[in-house]
Amino acid sequence: MALLEIDNLTVEFPTRRGVLRALDSISLSIEPGEVLGVVGESGAGKSLTGVAVIGLLEPPGRVAGGQIRFDGKRIDNLPYEAMRRIRGRQIGTIFQDPLTTLNPLYTVGHQLVETIQTHLALSDADARKRAIHWLTEVGIPAASQRIDAYPHEFSGGMRQRVVIALALCAEPRLVIADEPTTALDVSIQAQIITLLKRLTRDHGTSVMLVTHDMGVIAETADRVAVMYAGRIAEIGPVAEVVRHPAHPYTEGLMGSIPSLEHRVARLRQIDGAMPRLNAIPRGCAFNPRCPKVFDRCHAERPELLAAGATRAACWLYDAAAAPAAFAPIRGTHA
Amino acid sequence: MSATQAPAKPAPARAPSRWARALDSDLLYSFRRSPLAVGSATVALILILAAVLAPWIAPQDPTNVANLNLLNSFNPPLPLEGSDWTFPLGTDEQGRDVLSAIMFGSRISLIVGAASVIFAVVVGVAVGLLAGYAGGMVDAFLMRAADVQLTFPSILMALLVDGVVSAELPRNLHATFQIYVLIFAIGISRWPQFARTVRGSTLVERNKDYVMAARLIGLGQVRIMATHILPNVLGPVLVLGTLTLGLAILDEATLSFLGVGLPPTQPSLGTLIRIGDDFLFSGQWWVTIFPGVALVLMVLSINLLGDWLRDALNPRLR
Amino acid sequence: MLAFIVSRILQAIPVLLVIGFVSFAMFAYVGDPVTIMLGQDYTEAQRIALVHQLGLDQPFFVQYAKFIWAALHGNFGMSYRLAQPVAGLIAQRLPATLELVAVATVFSLAIGIPLGVYTGIYRNAKLARLGMALSLIGVSLPTFLIGILLILFFSVLLGWLPSFGRGDTVRIGTWWTTGLLTVSGLRALVLPAITLGLFQLTLIMRLVRAEMLEVLRTDYIKFARARGLSNHAVYFGHALKNTLVPVITIVGLQIGGIIAFSLVTETVFQWPGMGLLLVQSVAVADIPVMSAYLLLVGVVFVLINLIVDLLYYAVDPRLRVDRATAGAAR
Repeated sequence: MALLEIDNLTVEFPTRRGVLRALDSISLSIEPGEVLGVVGESGAGKSLTGVAVIGLLEPPGRVAGGQIRFDGKRIDNLPYEAMRRIRGRQIGTIFQDPLTTLNPLYTVGHQLVETIQTHLALSDADARKRAIHWLTEVGIPAASQRIDAYPHEFSGGMRQRVVIALALCAEPRLVIADEPTTALDVSIQAQIITLLKRLTRDHGTSVMLVTHDMGVIAETADRVAVMYAGRIAEIGPVAEVVRHPAHPYTEGLMGSIPSLEHRVARLRQIDGAMPRLNAIPRGCAFNPRCPKVFDRCHAERPELLAAGATRAACWLYDAAAAPAAFAPIRGTHA
Repeated sequence: MSATQAPAKPAPARAPSRWARALDSDLLYSFRRSPLAVGSATVALILILAAVLAPWIAPQDPTNVANLNLLNSFNPPLPLEGSDWTFPLGTDEQGRDVLSAIMFGSRISLIVGAASVIFAVVVGVAVGLLAGYAGGMVDAFLMRAADVQLTFPSILMALLVDGVVSAELPRNLHATFQIYVLIFAIGISRWPQFARTVRGSTLVERNKDYVMAARLIGLGQVRIMATHILPNVLGPVLVLGTLTLGLAILDEATLSFLGVGLPPTQPSLGTLIRIGDDFLFSGQWWVTIFPGVALVLMVLSINLLGDWLRDALNPRLR
Repeated sequence: MLAFIVSRILQAIPVLLVIGFVSFAMFAYVGDPVTIMLGQDYTEAQRIALVHQLGLDQPFFVQYAKFIWAALHGNFGMSYRLAQPVAGLIAQRLPATLELVAVATVFSLAIGIPLGVYTGIYRNAKLARLGMALSLIGVSLPTFLIGILLILFFSVLLGWLPSFGRGDTVRIGTWWTTGLLTVSGLRALVLPAITLGLFQLTLIMRLVRAEMLEVLRTDYIKFARARGLSNHAVYFGHALKNTLVPVITIVGLQIGGIIAFSLVTETVFQWPGMGLLLVQSVAVADIPVMSAYLLLVGVVFVLINLIVDLLYYAVDPRLRVDRATAGAAR
């Protein structure tokens, strides 16, 4: 059974200009021990998915449909106190900017110990030992001294390691990592990703890795979900999605990544821009920009259809309906 | 599907006029939706109109001695025994109509308050723009001066300035010039807050690309400050100005109450309260309380408007 | 740490000098002591004698130096109005003001901070909205009106509390008198302290609430919740501490406001303190008292600023960047 199941989840924001649908009936699942990447442009809804899972949607945002199940049990409708016990203990979270994520007025040790003691019944001394252990695990040198340091006394990369320690110290079964490397230098990014991979593998923790960086996904994830305008465009094993993208949007994404092997005169780009939430096109959200668009795309919104080794929300893969001219050649990128 | 959907081919449309945009703006929407904002704006408007039009619509001109009849002194306000329809809020010890005194008094309170705020805004914005744009020693010096002055509460500052200037003026000129002295004293006590706000905003704007572009095409410094940066830093100034108006009116009332503000010959609400305070113990409470109520209503409605304005202009607080 | 204290003290010195200078300028050049002390008719000989007696014929810097020197020794000249040494007047009045200010501050903090925290956390509860509405009225009410209204209710109508004076006082040491040790002294303190503290209370409450709302929107609070910390830990462990840090500075500056508004309160209640003295002096342009007041109050404010700066330093670890540790972090 999957550890996390998101089932037709819809998240809406009522505003005075109408209701904005930020997530429109998305479904995905994460198996125990698996790393699922969630990739997409800014505003596609990937961070929101993570926030919805841990139940920290800010009002007026609300879950308007669907279910979220963790370990088989529904968690989207739990009262605050019940959800609170799951947060940290069952589901950990890593946010993007380590500078603003840590409270500047408390030492790193204090923040670790309080998290540990909230979820595990340990004495002060034991909790502190455990905190030092975790700091060492994430690669902070001289952990027993650094434990009493304040966040501003660490560099960016070190701070993010502390955040990872905080997310994992109660030994959760799932970690939601929301752009964990975006705020860091490129050279540090690789270290952090390696660390995350190692720790989650060692502890058997599942990861939902949210990012806009396809390179990180390719390195780290087992499967990947590509999001567009609050919907899932394609979902499947990483190698397949990267090498044989099925959805035209994914194809465009892969095509726009510069390659170290081939020289090109111009980088390919997808014309147009992702639609704003109050102006999502009828039918498939990608239809104004799609090079392979046909009539049905304007009329009906596609469900996720099997497309070889992956599933794509594209009418091209409805064998019964796709026109012959657009026979599904799962495009490779040039 | 409940989300709005874009038409396949949008028809070409004229951009909406500025007036239409203003009417549809978030600001006006938030205003119409908030009964408190509408209510306080209405009250403020009534009070301001009554004050401004006082010379024409007040039942009695309290400064004209010929109007006064000592037989009318100490009439209580309307529902009470011994009251009179011509003096709905009662009269004071010289037979002056309290309602008219309040209208004229509000007029003066408003004039002094508004003028001192304008003074503070002009000085504060100029200093803030200069400090923020010039940077370096100029900035350090000006902001240090503002900081030092900020440690002094404005009422104290106003009191001392008032005292010093009054000491320098020959006695016979006191009454005529007092109003200007007061405006100067209150204005000078409140400029630092504007300067700091504008300086902060200027520092942010100065590094933006449009300023760089203006410099590249050769516009002069003053022109850049005045026409490019100034419009962009005025938002917070508007909010601060509204809130400061309420404070300035209170400052003037306080100074008048202390006896160093406007004299009884040209009384503001604060002066009226001071005069009336003497009669509190002998039972003629209306001489001091009604001017007090008028003062509170005026400042309260201005404060409410300022609060609403600040929340409406702050996108994060919605 | 020591470097910080020393640098702050060094920064305070020029400010003190400026205050001293302004104070002296007022003392020496504003108004004409001769006319005030001698009246309208005086002979030239009398004028010269007085000028010489007051030291007004000496060069500017000599006068300034003597002024500062005298001030440091507690000699502030003679009041024009009362013909008494200003220092004596101040000594008489200072305890009254200080006690009033202390009680009012404690009152405003003890009620204002918890109210601010409550209305910040429970933004939309009915009680919170009521509290906010009342606080808005509180900010619009001038201090003197609060005093008048309190007098109207509690003295005139109900007769419970006195409306003027300090009650019976007890002398402590050589010059301090206190009203805290007598029943009538305490009763006399109630209305003035509430009047003085009410304005500050509403300001503090609104300030704490605003800060609390800002803090509750930060990433670290979101992260605290994401780690499953209890509401108690989130609000009182994290949010409160971060809220109070900027509040400390403002409260420190507010003490300046309280000292200023004590002027008004003392006038309304005829409280025999420094404020009443100043108001009476300004009305008749009694410059020595005014300039002594300016000097004293200036010193007090500079001191308060210094203490607030030090407090800030003690509370916010970011100001204590330890260069050695920062270097080793990489």
